[in-house]
Amino acid sequence: MSKSKVLITGNEAIAQGAIDAGCRFYAGYPITPQNELPAYMARQMPAAGGIFIQAESELAAINMVFGAAAAGVRAMTSSSSPGISLKQEGISYIAGAELPAVIVNIMRGGPGLGNIWPAQSDYFQATRGGGHGDYRSIVLAPSSIQEAYELMFLAFDLADKYRIPAIILGDGILGQMMEPLLVDSRLSLVVSERPATSDQQPTTKNWALTGAKGRPPNIVKSFYMKEGDLEKFNLCLQEKYKVIQGKEERFESLFLDDAKLILVAYGTMARIAKSVVQRLRKEGKKAGLIRPITLWPFPQKIFQRLAISDKRLAFLVIEMSYGQMLEDVKLAVCGKAKVEFFGRSGGGVPTEEEIIKKFESLKV
Amino acid sequence: MQKVFGYPKSLRNILTHYCAGCGHGIAHRLIAEVVDELGIREKVIGVAPVGCAVIAYDYWDFDCSEAAHGRALAVATAIKRVRPQNIVFTYQGDGDLAAIGTNETIHAANRGENVTVIFINNAIYGMTGGQLAPTTLLGQKTATTPAGREAKFHGYPLKISEMLALLPAVKYVERAALSSPQEIINAKKAVKLAFQNQIDNLGFSLVEILSPCPTYWGMSPKKALEWMRDVMVKEFPLGRIK
Repeated sequence: MSKSKVLITGNEAIAQGAIDAGCRFYAGYPITPQNELPAYMARQMPAAGGIFIQAESELAAINMVFGAAAAGVRAMTSSSSPGISLKQEGISYIAGAELPAVIVNIMRGGPGLGNIWPAQSDYFQATRGGGHGDYRSIVLAPSSIQEAYELMFLAFDLADKYRIPAIILGDGILGQMMEPLLVDSRLSLVVSERPATSDQQPTTKNWALTGAKGRPPNIVKSFYMKEGDLEKFNLCLQEKYKVIQGKEERFESLFLDDAKLILVAYGTMARIAKSVVQRLRKEGKKAGLIRPITLWPFPQKIFQRLAISDKRLAFLVIEMSYGQMLEDVKLAVCGKAKVEFFGRSGGGVPTEEEIIKKFESLKV
Repeated sequence: MQKVFGYPKSLRNILTHYCAGCGHGIAHRLIAEVVDELGIREKVIGVAPVGCAVIAYDYWDFDCSEAAHGRALAVATAIKRVRPQNIVFTYQGDGDLAAIGTNETIHAANRGENVTVIFINNAIYGMTGGQLAPTTLLGQKTATTPAGREAKFHGYPLKISEMLALLPAVKYVERAALSSPQEIINAKKAVKLAFQNQIDNLGFSLVEILSPCPTYWGMSPKKALEWMRDVMVKEFPLGRIK
């Protein structure tokens, strides 16, 4: 198996990962800091036998993704925070119609127009549903460009497996920075060698809209008017979410065996947290790290296990937002260990020094 | 004995949920007849609206998708782009196509998407209880224009078909009405041409169908038809626009 290395931005790696994972429909609308992603799609999607559309708005883009997914094709869109807010209507419909789709959010500062600097302040929106109704989306948080590329495969596979929206939650740093990306020949960057999966390929999704030839009509909908029907449907969704919670928790950890204070951070923030932990370890301090890779389902079990096993343990949650993931950590720990917080937002990124200062102030 | 008339294959034999004198049932049937006659039932994918016709897919016997209010043409754009071998149409009311979905409508038309649009214009919002629509006539009373539509406060009836006809990528626009047997026959011809254009890969086709809403017009079904013939067509003249 041959491997090649390319220098690439996070936005472009996500786009290439999507194409290599079989995505054959992309619709989006420009917004900083994710513009390299649609531009890459515009260049590469035709060569991959797929469709690129610059939509007239975020609303149109997400509803185009709805249509492409309903027609059985792997489909995705990308945007940044204010644009994702506009897409929430469509994401709720995608969840309600049980369509598989991938939505990339390269977060920037908010609320409102905010600014174009990196932030992680859309955590609640991504992990709690975000749009109207009782639904969840699978949320994956890459912390490197290599991981961003590889998680696109997982995102499309999970979206298809559970017929659910899968959200890639990154931020402006991840989107804009360049890193080497190692691609093996199975995941070739030469898109022309990969088969098109759009119009000429029969879909294996027996629920998809392909024309009612030799079967009863397929209806893609989220509308349940008859009394009791919607409740029944929503209970089915809840069952599905329970299965996902049981099977799909993912995280990375460092030094958990003897750690007394465990930093908890995701995405770009986790890279800084990892450096902090390594620095503290050199000084002989018992620091550890948990980096959730799935933000929903949140990796609760590891927190529960650690909190029960050691009464003196404390967690320090670090975010580029003001205590959003903190709530999930507190829920998982359930009062059985101390949970502290440090965060900045609006474009402010916590520094290693600030985190170490906070760590020392805790005296654990 | 030879059967000479019956349900179209593409129309299910179920009880209607529409009000007495509503035009949706006729419009659904015209589409079903055209789909049968063109032999495209196994290829057609409909996109149902939000509004009174939200469960149009309960009546049609072919593949359908829902769309969020106003977004039918975004959904249809994607379905047609990824499945160009299928025949894709949207069925939309005036609130759907000419108010909340104006953006999607204009841009799908301007891109020349090779889809068929059936635009039901009853000059009012039906499902939500008879409020002002972009197409409501001047002077027409609705739940939200109790003294009648006034140009100075509510603007003029929006002529979306004439507006779309200005776009170079739009191939065919016609306005028809369900006001008499002859007009219904004309409407069916227009619907058929709009589907045939898509089969022939000609591009964006739209048929606007004036349709009665006796309930929210506050009229008997018979009076509603007369009002369409005498009043509504003066604002929305019938015939081919492009």
